[in-house]
Amino acid sequence: MTYRSHADLGGKSGYGRVVPEPEGELFHAAWEAQALALTLAMGATGAWNLDMGRSARETLPDYARLSYYAIWIEALEKMLIDRDLVGKDEVTAGRMLHPPRTVARVLRAADVPAALAKGAPTQRVAATPARFAVGDEVRTLRTAAPHHTRLPGYARGKIGRIERVHGAHVFPDTHAQGLGEQPQWLYTVVFDGRELWGDDVARGLSVSIDAWEPYLESRA
Amino acid sequence: MAHDHEHEHSELGEQELRVRALQSVLSQKGYIDPAALDVLIDTYQTKIGPRNGARVVARAWIDPTFRKWLLEDATAAIASLGYTGRQGEHMVALENTESRHNMVVCTLCSCYPWPVLGLPPTWYKSAPYRARAVRDPRGVLADFGIRLPESTEIRVWDSTAEVRYLVVPRRPAGAEGLSEEELAALVTRDSMIGTGLPKTPERRA
Repeated sequence: MTYRSHADLGGKSGYGRVVPEPEGELFHAAWEAQALALTLAMGATGAWNLDMGRSARETLPDYARLSYYAIWIEALEKMLIDRDLVGKDEVTAGRMLHPPRTVARVLRAADVPAALAKGAPTQRVAATPARFAVGDEVRTLRTAAPHHTRLPGYARGKIGRIERVHGAHVFPDTHAQGLGEQPQWLYTVVFDGRELWGDDVARGLSVSIDAWEPYLESRA
Repeated sequence: MAHDHEHEHSELGEQELRVRALQSVLSQKGYIDPAALDVLIDTYQTKIGPRNGARVVARAWIDPTFRKWLLEDATAAIASLGYTGRQGEHMVALENTESRHNMVVCTLCSCYPWPVLGLPPTWYKSAPYRARAVRDPRGVLADFGIRLPESTEIRVWDSTAEVRYLVVPRRPAGAEGLSEEELAALVTRDSMIGTGLPKTPERRA
């Protein structure tokens, strides 16, 4: 089965205008706040990692139709069912019908502030020296990966310049597939707007992505 | 119209029930502590939001040493004000200048610097912003009622990894003599994403 992300939206046309929103407006229904909290709490159990969560969300066939927190709930249910943590019948019944599985951790109320303040840094000790340095010209991969990846479609096969070196970070492509962290050097790569969109784009535009080393090759 | 509204209403009710059902199952299974959910929600409703980022920006405006630190090592400088953790583990601050305006987006999902800005607004997570910001940032700015000089370069930062970006907007003219707290009140959330500008002192109310 081919991998298809429905979340890769950069540069796509036909979406209309952006609708601003006042600062205090966080949730538009009570269930949205619950959806956020449930997703964070289940993420804290260690049953899956951040990249598996993103992969579950971006591959939902209904992605484009669903609101943001509806995507979260749909993906949460899918991950729970896929891992046999919850049965489909239990989701329908709204109560436990089978004994629970063991999870690595349960996030307790008293531990929430410390857990949030600590976060989950993704920088790791680098196993190899960085292949690129600030100022180097690079070309991004031309082909789409057949799995979760963080190289946006609009930035594939484009020539850019290394602007920042961020150290080695957990590699989402392997992490999302359960193949381990396999840390890779991470760079900010900047592209001229015309390289991405052609000559009719407004002058003075540049766009950067953060790209892991396996996404890049030397321009030469 | 009445029918549409009714339909929408019943869908919301359905979603409400669905989430409640899922929460019951997870809590009966012992995977979650229901009290932790309340703490999580309260944290992002009352403790962690864009006023944090506004304090960072105001400090950078009045303290050149802090500004330099923020631009060199944003994670450490921001942590010194007490803002750390989830979705802000690796911070970079982007300073707007007369010749360059920065705008932040996440075209692939909704990556956003939570410790300094809280949860992202709906438009930040929406298809129109994610689609257009990297291609037509001036058009996006127009949707926010902002028009920058043609000579200003625009740099869009697509947050594709775990690095999180905070825009440091330009300090508005006429803000001399204001206290740090008064300056922070001028800093809007949108100005720290790059889709807005700070309020001017006359308009801070």
